[in-house]
Amino acid sequence: MASKKSLEIDRTLVWLWWILPALAVYVVFMAWPLFNSLRLSFYTGSGFKLDNFIGFDNYKRLFGGGEDSTRFLGAFRNTFVFFAVHMVVQNSLGLAFALLLSRKSMRGTSFFRTVIFVPATLAIVVTGFLWKLLLNPQWGPVNLLLTKIGLGDWALPWLGETNLALIVVSLVSSWQWVGIPTMIFLAALQGISEDYFEAAAMDGATPWQVLWNIKLPLMRPIMGVVAILTFTGNFNAFDVVFAMEGPNGPPAYTTDILGTYFYRTGIAGQHPVGIPDMGLGAAVSTITFVVLLVGVLSMQYLSRDTQGVRK
Amino acid sequence: MTPQTRPRFRAADLPGYLLLGFWTLMVLIPLWVMVINSLKPSLDIFRDPFGLPPRLSTEGYAALAVGGGFVTYFLNSLIITTTSILGVLALASAAAYGLANWTSRASKYLLLVFLAGMMIPIRIASINLLGLVKDLGLMDKLGGLFPIYVAMGLPMGVFVLTEFIKSVPKEILNAARIDGAGSVRIFVRIIVPLIRPALATVAIFNLVNLWNDLWFPLIIIRSDDQRTLMLGVTRLFGQYQTDWNKVLAVLTSASVPIILLYLLLSKQFIQGLTAGAVKE
Repeated sequence: MASKKSLEIDRTLVWLWWILPALAVYVVFMAWPLFNSLRLSFYTGSGFKLDNFIGFDNYKRLFGGGEDSTRFLGAFRNTFVFFAVHMVVQNSLGLAFALLLSRKSMRGTSFFRTVIFVPATLAIVVTGFLWKLLLNPQWGPVNLLLTKIGLGDWALPWLGETNLALIVVSLVSSWQWVGIPTMIFLAALQGISEDYFEAAAMDGATPWQVLWNIKLPLMRPIMGVVAILTFTGNFNAFDVVFAMEGPNGPPAYTTDILGTYFYRTGIAGQHPVGIPDMGLGAAVSTITFVVLLVGVLSMQYLSRDTQGVRK
Repeated sequence: MTPQTRPRFRAADLPGYLLLGFWTLMVLIPLWVMVINSLKPSLDIFRDPFGLPPRLSTEGYAALAVGGGFVTYFLNSLIITTTSILGVLALASAAAYGLANWTSRASKYLLLVFLAGMMIPIRIASINLLGLVKDLGLMDKLGGLFPIYVAMGLPMGVFVLTEFIKSVPKEILNAARIDGAGSVRIFVRIIVPLIRPALATVAIFNLVNLWNDLWFPLIIIRSDDQRTLMLGVTRLFGQYQTDWNKVLAVLTSASVPIILLYLLLSKQFIQGLTAGAVKE
């Protein structure tokens, strides 16, 4: 008995040794820094030395009115708009593409699939810079094309208008990532058992009825997954605004999102001082973390499988 | 293949073809404009950004090859991306092997700990990571990216590989054990060859993510000779901004390697980039 027990412990230790290297790197360079960044949001100091405990003062600056608060809440609102555009445009298009690509009568689906996914392999900076050139108000091909086809009035300075810029940047980002929801939805649709469709055909269901009563309800959990992915991706976005508009979110901070605001406060330092306020930055990332956590958990709850159909 | 695989055109699908065709243009025209204009003199770009070059100009690419640091940036990215991918594959496959075989409850919790990292973006930890990189003396060094990139790749890597190893038939492993093979031998001789497709998925996911990463180079690296490709692209974009021919040569050369690889391995790419999403 005793020998068997020790053999089991030996076995356990053997497997633990296999896991340990990865666990060590993961803890030291991900979990612990994350925890520490949350802790540092209660401190202030100069540069990397955050040794002065100030309780919730950093948070008061972000929520209590005043300059920091205006910027932060503005960035928060813009991030939400950025996310909403992705949910509406990117994910609806992705769903539409997936429904089309899963039709058995469609031809050329593998070509379309390849094309739709190409932008997702580009670097976000490259996408951002490319569209910045395309949308250039003086020589940009987009405005050139609009003028050529007689829509010269529509040749706007797309990235310079306060009420347009954020939407345009969000659309460019949706252009890039639409392949991801498309492929996820497509995999889900192809995973639906043929039995459902055969039964529906026998009952004489129209394509609309099949869509509304079979496909969409069965895809509810996967829609939750896509919503969560969109949410975490967007509340963490930075590159696309940085490339297309710069770190200050112009014009007039209308494209300033949490990522760029965090970069300015915590990393680069704000105009006119230019010294990063890392404690404040840590507070911004803590709030981002909490928003992500609450958002992900509630979306998971909302999209839970109420039909009990998922294996 | 059977004739069923090439269905006949149906009129009811016409709106679908129109939407997909429209989107194909939306994707291909910007890329066409990027590639084709990188081969035109700037003046011709402004005259007609959509057509073929009336005369071929490779001066944009020549400028990249000679000066400006593009070659250095490219090599830096190549080095840091490959070493980090190898690091992820080694650590994640070992951990996955342990997690898949260890039947204790602790193993399940450890897997969950790794999975949590897939939901939480590591950027949130940037403030403390910067301090850590500085303490390690890796600030402003390409090597400073290595541990962060490995940590970034682990959650998805561990998840995908653990699932895959768990699906390896127990009979194969038991047979090897009866033949007296130890856990190391089984891992090297049986597991690694069997999980090659999953390793490819993990490698591609990290290749795209790390090659395209801007954030960590941006906050860690300052010196020009340590820059990665994407950080270099931001520098060159600012420098050449009005010189479209050069800017487009930069953007084209930065993205063409990955696009070509994608066209060769599109199935694996799509799998890699959506893996980890289709689970809960």
